[in-house]
Amino acid sequence: MKEFMEHLRLKESAEMYHAVPVYKEYADVPFNLSEALRYAGMPAHNAPEIGKESVEEARKLISKDLVYKVGYLCIDLERDEEGFPILPITQHSEMLKKNLRDCDGVILFAATIGSGIDRHIRRYERSEVSKAAILQGLGAERVESLCNLFNEEVKNEAEQRGLKAHPRYSPGFGDLPICVQKEFLDALDATRRMGITLSESYLMAPSKSVTAIIGLERI
Amino acid sequence: MNIKEYMKDHFLFLDGGMGTLLQEAGLKPGELPERWNVSHPEEIIRIQKAYYDAGSNVVLANTFGANSLKFEEQELEALIAGAFDNARKAKEESTGTQEKFIALDIGPIGKLLKPYGDYEFEDAVSVYAKTVQIGVKCGADLIFIETMNDSYDTKAALLAAKENSDLPVFVSNAYGSDGKLMTGASPAAMVAMLEGMHADAIGANCSLGPKQLTGVMEEYLKYASVPVLLKPNAGLPRSENGKTVFDVEPEEFSEEVKALLEKGVRIAGGCCGTTPDFIRAVTKKAEALTPVPVTDKNLSLVSSYTHAVEFGKAPILIGERINPTGKKRFQQALRENDMDYILGEGLKQQDAGVQLLDVNVGLPEIDEPALLERVTKELQAVSDLPLQIDTTDLTAMEKALRCYNGKAMVNSVNGKEEVMEGVFPLVAKYGGFVVALTLDEGGIPESGSKRVEIAEKIIAKAAEYGIAKKDLIFDPLAMTISADTKAALSTMEAVHTIRTGLKVNTSLGVSNVSFGLPNRNIITSTFFALCLEEGLSAAIMNPYSTEMMNVYHAYKALHNMDENCMSYIEYTATLPAATVSATTANAAGASNPASSNRAADSKYASPMQEAIIRGLKDKTAGLTKELLKEKEPLAIIQTEVIPALNIVGEDFEKKKVYLPQLLMAADAAKAAFEEVKVHMAKTEDASKPAGCPFVIATVHGDIHDIGKNIVKLILENYGFAVSDLGKDVPPQVIVDETIRLHSPLVGLSALMTTTVPAMEETIKLLREQAPWTKVCVGGAVLTQEYADQIGADRYCRDAMETVRYAQEIEATL
Repeated sequence: MKEFMEHLRLKESAEMYHAVPVYKEYADVPFNLSEALRYAGMPAHNAPEIGKESVEEARKLISKDLVYKVGYLCIDLERDEEGFPILPITQHSEMLKKNLRDCDGVILFAATIGSGIDRHIRRYERSEVSKAAILQGLGAERVESLCNLFNEEVKNEAEQRGLKAHPRYSPGFGDLPICVQKEFLDALDATRRMGITLSESYLMAPSKSVTAIIGLERI
Repeated sequence: MNIKEYMKDHFLFLDGGMGTLLQEAGLKPGELPERWNVSHPEEIIRIQKAYYDAGSNVVLANTFGANSLKFEEQELEALIAGAFDNARKAKEESTGTQEKFIALDIGPIGKLLKPYGDYEFEDAVSVYAKTVQIGVKCGADLIFIETMNDSYDTKAALLAAKENSDLPVFVSNAYGSDGKLMTGASPAAMVAMLEGMHADAIGANCSLGPKQLTGVMEEYLKYASVPVLLKPNAGLPRSENGKTVFDVEPEEFSEEVKALLEKGVRIAGGCCGTTPDFIRAVTKKAEALTPVPVTDKNLSLVSSYTHAVEFGKAPILIGERINPTGKKRFQQALRENDMDYILGEGLKQQDAGVQLLDVNVGLPEIDEPALLERVTKELQAVSDLPLQIDTTDLTAMEKALRCYNGKAMVNSVNGKEEVMEGVFPLVAKYGGFVVALTLDEGGIPESGSKRVEIAEKIIAKAAEYGIAKKDLIFDPLAMTISADTKAALSTMEAVHTIRTGLKVNTSLGVSNVSFGLPNRNIITSTFFALCLEEGLSAAIMNPYSTEMMNVYHAYKALHNMDENCMSYIEYTATLPAATVSATTANAAGASNPASSNRAADSKYASPMQEAIIRGLKDKTAGLTKELLKEKEPLAIIQTEVIPALNIVGEDFEKKKVYLPQLLMAADAAKAAFEEVKVHMAKTEDASKPAGCPFVIATVHGDIHDIGKNIVKLILENYGFAVSDLGKDVPPQVIVDETIRLHSPLVGLSALMTTTVPAMEETIKLLREQAPWTKVCVGGAVLTQEYADQIGADRYCRDAMETVRYAQEIEATL
């Protein structure tokens, strides 16, 4: 993570692809039980014992089939006269623009926990739907926790460089159309390097994958 | 010189990285490198000449991403032609004196195939076929399929190469740090599939450095009987001043590659981050080495999309339950297209411990080719066990083998000329491990030695098709001793001779031996034990039989095939405490039925209701079985299952319980329904009422369907006859099914905003062609407002709301 943002030479260039993506893999990611329960449809404060047991059982089931991969790019941005960054994407989004206000650069990243969990989900969808639902919840928690972990690293690294990291923003949030996913994945060469593909309707496979953008602002 | 000739006595050196060198030459990230074949030929020639100068025997034409998904046909042809012109110029201009070849380079098309993704296998084959056809015209010496991270995609590319050329084909996969492909395949699984389809060299490239790929290479060298190739990255990448750099230099790289050449790798080059200096260092180091000969490992392998199963060591169990013969419940499932039941039989057998599943869906009145293909695909979506394709219909066999992801077992061929001429070409093309029955035009010989003669004839015929002995497994046919008391002796003699004399694997459908006798399990399992002792390699059997499983586990323990008897000990732990000789092992939960009809906890009206409400699947099944002895099936549903479901349903609506609990109860209720169905199929109870039809589907373009499956399960619990069309369903298919069933209800699910238009289109078509039907919609992005906009009758927030709405409509019928 040391050389993390070394090539973020803010303001030198506004070209989206001037940098090459970097890829990293984590051995493990801290587990957040209450989030897993929540994604599986149970409120964490009042989750039934059997729900917690099922989540633990599911964790054991998939533990050997998870990977934690992140690919990211650091990009410099030009700003217009009002301080809004000129985004290197073809889709217009007021909300993303607002999120990135006063930013001079962004981190674009994709994260995935691999397709192992999809295999298990497919199996249980056809035999024991309750288990499939638990696995879905667990998978959502896993990939979100992975994003959080990466996000935290970005934040710390940014602070050391006198930068503030904005909250991450993903295609499909607010008015940022899901189809921008393709531009993100292309920029990250994520299909070839991370095995993330996009269906005709812009769904990612492995299903537990995330793309997002994090704004970086000079303090 | 022909490349295959050259490879016999020499190492073959490939080229190194292209992308990084092109970027240095000015290729912008995001720009398609293939376009440079025409726009900057001099740069391509320069780099490729440098590789030939460094000692590469094979240069890959710059066609990695040249496919019809990325380029229009005319441009595609021009780019591939340009790639070959450039490579040829590089070859001519090079000062290197080594043998030189040019490969058509094929990388993945970047689409994930079904069932993981949404792309059709046959569409992928067509895309690859186009590139192959052009490459052949341009004069490629070989086809190099590389960087494939999915076994199914790899099969599509290899199939296209084989169907459209006679060129040698090398296949290289990209392994993750866990030593598996992205979609889960192990090296052994890839070796089995690729050798079955006659790839000329196989191995790994990209993703990791030579050191990290050592484990993968060792696996290849252990299993492969063809030359093994290695084309690793220059170690692992890291970022430095805005550039990706790799952590291994030519000296270290070539040392690590050399170590693998010494172990038996025959073909080496480099991938990302490597340059001509890396190749020069490798060829230099290899000068002092003698290539390790490539030997036939003589392994009998089948594979799924995750792993390989090896025959000839420990005995292999093949589950026989996916077969309609003599099974009324299964026949009913086939006629009703009840895929869940069929898949359930597969998963249950997997849980019971089989290593393969036999798949037979032959019934006189059904379209066997279509159904066998569908069942093969659906089974591979839920189970990672290799399959045994069991059919006498050659069209069905070809369809199944073609779409099979891995190397299948094929059941069966026999000594009849006509059958051999039908089956062997399919196995030669798609790969396969074939069961050969020792019978021919003259029938089944009584004596063991005559059966061995037929086996010899089959071996000779298979060889004509290039199918080796290791890919045959003989079934000398178990006949019932109730007709001829010498029958078992003849079979055992044949097993012994084929195994020890011909040195080929053997398999038996063991249960035939006891046909017509009482307590068949005693005879069958003892026969199984005796045959194992004669060297039987596999049995097609019923894994729900405790006696059979006892024999299997005990045999392995007694034959030193079970280290520290661990698997035996684990197995016995799953047995009921007091093992009485029950007819089925699948009695967990049924072993202790409550005798009184009073629940242990007064909160519940009965033990059955308690079991459902608490989501105890096995217990519910057991209790249902017990109750069926005294009560009418429908009474059980009315007085036990439905009331229990209502309690859970209401608690869910009041938020006293949550979705997982609702689903567990539903899964438990489903187990009760399944017992009832089995019972009714047995007794042919005609009083079974047909439920109100309900067509359900996830709309076109949407591939996530758990929400739909939840709704389906609950609807079924409430007695609706749900016709589930699955996910990514085209509008017209939904309309056709609605018309066929004259269904008053259609439920559509969409997860993403991008697929809501497909939902709207489906509703429009339904209004035109099936105006009687009511449409309810659901899914993450939908709201009542959205539902109104697209013309749906009702938005249902969850499964219970859907049930309430369906009941409302049903009441008006």
